[in-house]
Formats: sequence, structure tokens, C-alpha cells
Amino acid sequence: MAEEGYVAPHTVDEVVSLLVEAGGDARVMAGGTDVLVQLHADLIEPGLFVDIKNIPELRTIAAEAGGFRVGAAVTSMELVDHEAFNAAWPGVVEGVALIGSVQVQGRATMGGNLCNASPAADSVPPLIAAQAVAAIVGPGGPREVPVEDIITGPGQTSLDQGEILVSFLFPPRAPHSGDCYMRLTPRTEMDIAVVGAGINLTLDDAGTCVAARVALGAVAPTPLLVAQAADALIGSKVDDAAMAKLATAASSACHAISDKRGTKLYRIKTVGVIARRAAEKALERARKN
Amino acid sequence: MATILEESGFSPDRKLKIVGTNPIKHDGPDKVVGRAKFGADLILPGMLFGKILRSPHPHAVLKSIDISKAEALPGVKSVVTREDFPELPRGTQWGNLSRNIMAREKVFYEGHAVAAVAATSESIAKKALKLIDIEYEVLPHVIDPIEAMKPDAPILHDDLRTKGVEGAEDKPTNVVERLDLAMGDVEKGFAEADVVIEREFDSQPMHQGYIEPQGCVASYGEDGGIEVWCCNQGTHAYRDQIAAILETDSSKIRVSQSEMGGGFGGKVGFYIEPVAIVLSRMARRPVKVVLTRNEVFRSTGPVAATRSRIKMGATKDGRIVAAEAELVFQTGAFTGSMFFNGPMAMFTRYALENIKTVSYEVVSNRPKVAAFRAPCVPQIVFGVEGIVSELADKLGMDPIDFRLKNAAEEGYTTLYGVTFGRIGFVETLEAAKKCDHYTSPVPEGHGRGVAAGFWFNRGGDTTGSLTITPDGSVTILLGTSDVAGSRVSICMMAAEELGVPLDKVRAVLGDSSALGNNRVTAGSRTTFSSGMVIIDSARQAIAELVKRAAEIWDVPEEGVVFGDGYCRPSSSNVGEFEPLSIAEIAAKTSVSHGAISGHSEMNVTGEGPGFGLHIVDVEVDKETGRVDIKRYTVVEDAGKAIHPQQVEGQYQGGAVQGVGWALNEAYVYGEDGRLQNSSFLDYRMPVASDVPMIDTVIVEVPNPKHPYGLRGVGEVPVVPTLGAIGNAIGNAIGVRPQSLPMSPPRLLELIDKVDNNGGNGS
Repeated sequence: MAEEGYVAPHTVDEVVSLLVEAGGDARVMAGGTDVLVQLHADLIEPGLFVDIKNIPELRTIAAEAGGFRVGAAVTSMELVDHEAFNAAWPGVVEGVALIGSVQVQGRATMGGNLCNASPAADSVPPLIAAQAVAAIVGPGGPREVPVEDIITGPGQTSLDQGEILVSFLFPPRAPHSGDCYMRLTPRTEMDIAVVGAGINLTLDDAGTCVAARVALGAVAPTPLLVAQAADALIGSKVDDAAMAKLATAASSACHAISDKRGTKLYRIKTVGVIARRAAEKALERARKN
Repeated sequence: MATILEESGFSPDRKLKIVGTNPIKHDGPDKVVGRAKFGADLILPGMLFGKILRSPHPHAVLKSIDISKAEALPGVKSVVTREDFPELPRGTQWGNLSRNIMAREKVFYEGHAVAAVAATSESIAKKALKLIDIEYEVLPHVIDPIEAMKPDAPILHDDLRTKGVEGAEDKPTNVVERLDLAMGDVEKGFAEADVVIEREFDSQPMHQGYIEPQGCVASYGEDGGIEVWCCNQGTHAYRDQIAAILETDSSKIRVSQSEMGGGFGGKVGFYIEPVAIVLSRMARRPVKVVLTRNEVFRSTGPVAATRSRIKMGATKDGRIVAAEAELVFQTGAFTGSMFFNGPMAMFTRYALENIKTVSYEVVSNRPKVAAFRAPCVPQIVFGVEGIVSELADKLGMDPIDFRLKNAAEEGYTTLYGVTFGRIGFVETLEAAKKCDHYTSPVPEGHGRGVAAGFWFNRGGDTTGSLTITPDGSVTILLGTSDVAGSRVSICMMAAEELGVPLDKVRAVLGDSSALGNNRVTAGSRTTFSSGMVIIDSARQAIAELVKRAAEIWDVPEEGVVFGDGYCRPSSSNVGEFEPLSIAEIAAKTSVSHGAISGHSEMNVTGEGPGFGLHIVDVEVDKETGRVDIKRYTVVEDAGKAIHPQQVEGQYQGGAVQGVGWALNEAYVYGEDGRLQNSSFLDYRMPVASDVPMIDTVIVEVPNPKHPYGLRGVGEVPVVPTLGAIGNAIGNAIGVRPQSLPMSPPRLLELIDKVDNNGGNGS
């Protein structure tokens, strides 16, 4: 049922032409768990909501090129319930399963979480760590962008006028790989990360780390991909010394501010701890795979 | 006139059938399925939607307000400002209340109401607010109470002079009052002490956190009659305060109560009802006003922030010989924090002879403080119980034994002059010592703490009626609001008296015109006080049933006895009569003397003070400062638990609110004096997974002044929380925190300090 200021098209092309037509006065709505809150709080006043939940390709989880393609409007709960995706990317699922509450997760989507562009978004560090690639369609056609290049600042993305995020492509999983996302919040649930860390690593048969990606949330204006932190693990047996180096690198990468959710000093102190704990869990998973 | 009740008293041998059981409360199922009607749920024909414009500045002169553009917006039916309210004298109770609801000369906090609009839809009302032009002259502001006490602090009220200070300079101040309460000789006491501990503590405001934001519908009738439907903790108090600030008669105002989505003291006073009434008067249509959560945080009362310096001394044999305190209470923009409860209750539970306290109430540019469960007591007891446990540690005594050694008992005269009757503090401590939690070893890596608490409990003006319907079932009319299951407990006591099944008894909450004056539901008084008047009413009805049975049998009244719902001949000498049930007698009322009922009004006294002890186990993540509450037990004297599950609910609710206050809840203000965390996302109240199942031990030392022995149980359960959690954290990390909340960043800082310097002996 279309209401004034609200449309729910069935194809990506329709979305793109609506967005182009609206010229910046439209907001894309997936689960609505951020935009509706912003609307009620008078933070946004869009002339048009473009609901993307009725577009089949945005709602699908499918195997592709040895990995997975996940539609941008797939809900957190759909991912939580997807056994094969869980087995491959438990860390990504940990991220989406921390967004809001169970009820919110029935609506919330990874695409929405990314495009809301909060530095503290829980699904983004594990997406970056997973080396996921965002598929974007716009008036100029399709393009592919690594997830870490989407958020450019708080509430800002690199998507152009008229562009829409369609899906995420996850690469194939090498043997002995594991990922994990952990965050620090004063409460157990219904909270926003004070710091967050997504770790993805791969071991060789001898247990040496041959690949690693470390992404941190809530410690800078955008989620960070921290190469020095990954370098601390690569080539090591992921022993205590490597973990200590990882923690130091994570703390050094922290460009946090003090705000209502935590002080700068506290974030610097704890991001290393959380990165280390996430790496321990990712290591445990990698050893089992 | 002595009531039937006053002659009866409590009989411990009484056999009870209904009191002490756990029936489903009558108002429960509708609440579970979402059919209960709350403040925002009433819809009237022609109803408008009201929205309130709020100040963006924490402190400013309100120079001019131009509403012409808002009034011109189609759909807008009325716009109100200060001009539409009677101008009451500044610095008076009603003048302050009026100015808090609608700013007059100045705005005193960010979120202070400055205008309101009623329109045919909420979105039109919101648009209209943006069309109101206000000219502010922004003034320097002050948030912190200690800053507000300094001589060069920005002054909120230039007519304010400190009460209680003789020979004070006649110049403006933010200190409302100084209160000195003392007994005995503290200097002598401290001279006897072998161990003296003195520490400073501070606390942050916490919000009452009721899930239902304030909501009301008001209708101003053509004859000047006012009808208000709202969630409130007292219809009569709302009525009388509305009458005072709108300068009309109480008889013209009818305040009805909805179900309560929580109050905790925060709905003793009001914010929106007079605004809705004036909007309705000007629009000549009913108006609904419902606050958003953001407005609730920015404009309704939290509890008082405090600073305290507390000193206590004890002898080697474990006797506390002296206690001294200097206390500062931040009341927000206007006086009314009830700060006096702090010094009155802080040491009360220990049989101290030498006490000296000095307390100050201070205004600052924050929302006016409102009542909350044991107002102004838990945040001060936090410090006292920290020192008490530290003294026990220093003396090598078990913390409960140390408290037992100093426990107040019957006959102790308190700092505020009341001599205790039969109280149950000793029994509470003994029960705590024996309970499974305290006798279990502290798990490896956990810390354990205990703390005790006291609350006065209250009585006061109360009225109620009980009527037997023609079919013999029973209706009860209550004048007190039901914030936490009082209706079912009162019905249970009536059913017990009348010997009828509970299902035959129903209570309704009367509006403000239905009954005489009732004090607000506060002070843990309602089940106790309304219970008293309804028991009294039931006994009046029983006397009338006996009279009617005597008439039916044509025997003297003395020949009839009542029990288990029947009138019977008192002996075979009276005659052979089949017992008459209440229903059989009630069926004949229309041919005898009319309905059978009882009605009672009292200034209820005899409330029994309440005492509790909390035991908490915590685990502290030493790398992040996060605290996990692993186990929590509340031990408290209920006198008599009328409905034990409701009592447990009070114990658990108090503990959970304390967990939030202890660990994370705090207001975050920017340099600009604006509140930054006015939502439940960033104002970190605990969620369900943050707390374990709270275990309870109900101690029953009957209150001899109540027919069933009950004591209030609503407030004691929050009093020991902060101290118990603080002591548990202290035990875990080696140093007792002295600042609330004990949030992860603060604890991590403390942990780092302990690692560097060693602790303070926890």
C-alpha cells in the first residue's frame, strides 16, 4: 500500500530512478531501525521513503564463486538462522546479532547498518575483516567497492546520489580460517559499542598465521582496517607475544574521542584488550576448521 | 471516635486462608496481553494533540514570545504561554510549581517548557512549535552542586536566601537551606573510638525510569469544570495542585487515574496536566499531551545528585560510638528534593548515641528533582555502608556480626526523635547470616559485599469504601493509586475479613471526587493505609450483616456471630437457624434498610519501619572495568507478606533499580549545559540480561499496629543496593569505590591505581 512519501518498488532500477528523481530528498529504507528512529527524533525530514524490502535480489543469501552473496536487505535474524553462512562466517553473525535487540534484529539489515555509517556499527568491523565487497548500482551502472571504502565519516558514505547498495560478496573460505567480532559495552545488550574488534585469520597446516585482517569499530570517525595489527599476527603462531603486539597496535591505531559513550583514554586502553580477546576466539575457530 | 479497627489490633494466632497466598492479581491479565488502559490510551471525540516547546538553553531570561505565526497555522486550535497561567508569587510552593510547568521570567534548564500548542494532529502541533519565536537572553549556567554553592556561581533565583542560617548575609545564593540534625556528643564519641574512618562520596542523579512516559487527556468544560485522565500517584494531590496553580476550586476538578506504567515517586508531582487543561480551555476541546522519552529525561525529575563527607568511629570491641556527616543535595532548578530524608535515615538502623549532620540543599540548572523510592537516602547510605563494612574489616569482624552488634532494637530513640516499637532489624540480619547465599563460599575471583538499609514507611490521610452488592459479591472503592499491586493485596485482606473467595471481591480506583482526601501513593504507605481503611470498612459491613441477620431471625444482635462468610446463632439458646450467607442477607437489602457497606477515613498511623540487608557477589573484569552481578539476595522484613510474590517483586525491583544506579546510570551534560543522553540507548538502565535472578528472603516480624502485621515494602529494597554493590566491588578489586556510578571507565582507573599503590583495606 503506497502512502504519500513512501514507495516500495520491486526492482533495483526503479529504486535508482526514484532516487535520481528525488534529487537528495529521498531516504532508502531497509529495516528502518535507524531511519524511523531518526524520523521520530526530528533528525531527518525526507520527502520520500524508498523501501527496498520488496526487491528479491536484496533479500537473498546465495552461494557464489565459492563464497556467499548476501542481499543488502537480508535481516540479521535471517543470517543468524542460516546454517551454512554461520559455519563460514561466525564473526559476521556475531556482529549482526549484536544490533539492537532480538526484535530489532528481525528488521535490521547489514546493508542498513553499513549505510547508516555509524563509527560504532557492529556488523561493519567483521564485514571489513571478512574482506567483503559491496555491490552498488546507480545511474552510472554497477560497481564493486571493498566494504572498508564505504563509510567516509559519521553518517557519510561514498555512495553517490542515486546509488544503492545491493549486496555483499564474501570470498571463499581457506582451510584453518576463523573470524570473530567482539565489542565492549557497559550493558550486555541494547547498547552501542564503546570499542569493537573484528578479526579474521587463516593458519597453515603447521599453525602459522598466513593471513589476517583486523578491523576496529568506535575508535575513529570511521571503522578502521588496521594493517599493523594484522601484521602482528601474520607469520606468528598467534602466541602471547603476537597477541601483545596486536593489542598494542590496536591501541595505537585508536583515534578516539571522549563522548557520552566512553572516554578517549578508556577506548585506547580497552580496544587492545577486546582485539586480543576476539583474536583468541578467531584462533580457536581457525584451529577447528 | 475509635474505629472498630483500632480496638482489634494484630493477633499472631489468627488462622489465615487468603492472606499469605499468591493469587493472580485482577489487573494482571489485561496488562499481560496489552489491554490495560494507561495514561495515553484515552481517546475523546474532538480531541486535540498538545505538544510542548522547550528551552534549548540551560539558563536564560525569557525576553519575548511571539506565537502569532503558530496560531495562524491551519489545524492549530490553541497556543499557550506564561501569559495564560495565573502569576503566582515567586519563591513560593505554588509559584515554583507553576514556573516549573511553564517558564515565566527565566528558563532554568534545557528542556524547560516555554509554550505549548494544541492542534488537530500531532504533526501539525510539532510544525507549529517551530513557528514560535522566542527571544532569550542567555545567562551563565551551573550544573554541578558544589560549583553552584561557590560565591561567584551564576544565581538562579535572585530572591533566594538560605533557610536555617542565622545572620546570613542578605544576598542571593543557590543554597536553599541548611539543616542541622544532631544528638549526643560526637566529640566525646570520637574520643572513645579506637578506629575512625572518614571518606568523601559523590553520586549522580538517576532517573526514576518508569516505562510509561507522562500522558494525559484534559477537558475544560463550558461551566469551568475540569476533567483530567492521567497516570498519577495520587488523584487528590493532582487535583489540589491543579486548583492552586490555576486558581480554581478543587470541587470543579475531577482527576481520574489510568493504570500506572511505573511511577517510583516520579508521578507524585506533575508536569503536563495544567498545560493540557489550559490548552483545552482555550480550544474548547479535549486535549491529549503525551511526553516522549526525550522530554521525560529533559524535563522530569531525576533524584538528587549528592556529595558527602562521612566519618564514623568504633571501639575495638565493635561498637560504633560516633558518626558525623556533611551532605550536599542538588535539587535541580527548584527546591523540593526532600533532602531531609538523607540525614534522618542515613545512620538509622544502628543504635547510635552520638550523631552530627549538616545538610545543604542546592539549586542548579537541571530539571527539578522529584521523589524516588526512599528519596535522598540510598545515595547517602552508599557511603555509610561502605564505611561500616570498612570498620568491620579493620576490626576483623564479620560484616553482618558487626551490624548485629550495633543494630537498633525496640526502644531506641532515633535522631529525629521517634522511639522504635517492635522492629525486625535483628531478625533480618540473623536471617541474612543463615541464608544460602551468605553461607556459601565466595566463588574464586568474585567479590562479596553486604549493606543494610532502613526506611520509615508512611501512613497518612486515607479513605475508602466497601460495598456488598445484592448478589453478595464485594466492591471496593480506593482513593490511592495502585503503582505496584496494592489492589489485589487489599482485596485479599477484605476477602479474609468477610470469609468470601477472593474472586468475589474487586477493587476500583476512584477519581478525585469519589472519596475524601487521600495522600499520594508514596512512602510505602498504600497497601498498609488503604488496607487499614478497607479492613475497617469490612468490619463495619460485618456489623451491619449481623444486625440484618438478627432482624431476619428476630433475635437480639448479641445472639448472632459472623465467621467464614456466614451469620450464625451464637448458641443453641438463641434458636435453631440455618446459617445465613452474605449473599442471602444481601438479597434482602432492598426490603430492609438498603445496601450494606462500610466506609472509613483515617489519618493512618502505626506504620512499622522496614529494614533490609542485601548480599551481592560480583565479578569485575580487571582489563575493562566491567562488573557482572553474579548473585544477589535481598533479605527484608515485610511484617507480614499479604501477597508474597508481590513483596518479592518489590524486593527484586528495588535491587534492579539499584544495580543501574550503582553501575551505569548517569546524566551526561555538555559544556553547553545540554543533556546528551536523553534516551534509553545512552542512559544505561539495566536490561534483563544485566541482572541475575534476584533471590529473596522474606522476614516476618509482625507490625503490632496492623491487623495483619504488615509493614511497607516498597522503598527499603533500594536503600542498601549501592552500598552492597560498592562493597562487593571493593572486595573484588581491593579498593571501595567512592563515586557513583561505578562505571567501567571509572573502575578501570581505580584498578590501575590499586595495581600501582595498593588498596584502602577492603
